Amino acid sequence: MTASDSTSVVRDEVATLEAGLDSLDPVRDPGRSAKSTWVRRASASIAPAMIAVTVLILTWAALRISGIKPSYVLPSPMEVWQSIVALWHQGVLWSALWNSLRRAAIGFLASGVVGTVLGLLLARFKLLRTAIGPLVSGLQSLPSVAWVPAAIIWFGLSDAAIYAVVLLGAVPSIANGLLAGVRQVPPLYLRVGQVLGARGLNTLRFVVLPAALPGYFAGLRQGWAFAWRSLMAAELIAFSPNLGTSLGQLLQTGRDLSDMSLVLAAILLILLVGVGVELIVFGPIERRILRTRGLLVDPR
Amino acid sequence: MSRLDSVGTHSVQCSVADPLQPTTQPAVVLDRVSKTFAGALDRPLVLDEISLTVAAGEFVCLVGASGCGKSTLLNLIAGLELPTRGTISRPAGKAALLFQDAALLPWLTAGQNVELALRLRGVKRRDRRAEADRLLKLVHLDGLHRARVHELSGGMRQRVALARALAQETRILLMDEPFAALDAITRDVLHDELIRIWRTTGLSVVFVTHNVREAVRLGQRVELMASRPGHLVGHWNVEISGDRRIESPAVAALAVEITEELRKEIRRHAGDPR
Repeated sequence: MTASDSTSVVRDEVATLEAGLDSLDPVRDPGRSAKSTWVRRASASIAPAMIAVTVLILTWAALRISGIKPSYVLPSPMEVWQSIVALWHQGVLWSALWNSLRRAAIGFLASGVVGTVLGLLLARFKLLRTAIGPLVSGLQSLPSVAWVPAAIIWFGLSDAAIYAVVLLGAVPSIANGLLAGVRQVPPLYLRVGQVLGARGLNTLRFVVLPAALPGYFAGLRQGWAFAWRSLMAAELIAFSPNLGTSLGQLLQTGRDLSDMSLVLAAILLILLVGVGVELIVFGPIERRILRTRGLLVDPR
Repeated sequence: MSRLDSVGTHSVQCSVADPLQPTTQPAVVLDRVSKTFAGALDRPLVLDEISLTVAAGEFVCLVGASGCGKSTLLNLIAGLELPTRGTISRPAGKAALLFQDAALLPWLTAGQNVELALRLRGVKRRDRRAEADRLLKLVHLDGLHRARVHELSGGMRQRVALARALAQETRILLMDEPFAALDAITRDVLHDELIRIWRTTGLSVVFVTHNVREAVRLGQRVELMASRPGHLVGHWNVEISGDRRIESPAVAALAVEITEELRKEIRRHAGDPR
């Protein structure tokens, strides 16, 4: 037997051995679990939520019927629904939703840009981190409604004042999230990048940023929540006819008219936007990030 | 049958069964390399005057107790750290390094991990996919390009890591206890796999392990390292013709001899302060 013959025999042996070991290993089939459970997972997560909402509305209706409180303090679910329908007929519903969502989206995107740049600078320069790191963390716990009077004095009753409040609310969360993500990158990944020949920007692009993504995403999600809250605070306080209708302005109108069902309708709409964005945007992205990395266990 | 060289010889001999005759051309040369922690001269030594030559195509195993500085030595050869004193040259060029943990990047698929190494080496986009598939096939993972890291077993991950290291197209492969975390059966198969790939590629391999049998099973030469500070105390040229398996009597016999030497070195530290 020549040397090359024995090498090829060894190869076949190793190949079949490995094939045997690989198939013995209980490896999860990536395609199978994802597809067949989609409908089941959707129904499994929607049904309990529907039941909870129904119970809530029935309790609310029961309280209303029991007559503990007069209707101008506690309107019935039906009255609130009629307020929403009325807003729709007046053409206010869509313009209020549109104005608030547009501001939130623009404000959040701007916060994303500023927060990302700030986060990267903080991660890169230790001196900067020592100097303003605690300040950025502190700003996260400052209720952004505190900025509203200042913003109105600086920018007047304008969109600029509203955006300023949104940015001050969201930027610290996003910058901090990215910073935390970068600082939690396992050193082993950095060494892998180094061994594979990544330097400078390549390290950032192929190793640091993807590794930091879960932390960054958590920051973005919190940033969105803070942007939305800040926006409502700003719209509620910066109340001016030339700012157009908005969800926050509906709240203020309801208060001025002592129209409790309008106030509750506005609260409901604000809540629905929050739940909707979470369900449509952040939930799926988070699941994707986690599943890619094997951090999400599919419900069985 | 086996013939074992005694401690202290410095000739590199090769058994007839090896298809690749190592040339005299060295791949890695370490000349009296010392290393202290944090690089300061007054700190305790981690490595003391290590001189080592690895010939092109040679398979050298480095054995020693935990904490003897084996990994530091590998990092020095890889160029991840610099020696405090002495010189390291790599006539064979850059080195690829395999870790104990496969260290695959979990946000990439198996194939993308290999492709990243190709990309950082400058391989053109259109060639990357085919080259990655070829390398995955080489480690018998054909068709697993799109598999996620967490879907692979420990042995499969280590094989992807091996494919990724091969994608770097270096002539030197450094391995830092790459099979230590695997079960014995998988490790045994990966030994065969590694030897097969070494023979196919003709790479120079420096394989660090604390498992003496593994070292004898794989290496053409076994270097024994003692601790505090890390230094080389002897080497054995492994000349076992024919089938060399982890359970072969010839492997066991040489492993016993090396282990005796290793224990002698460890006993000398019995009185050391903790």
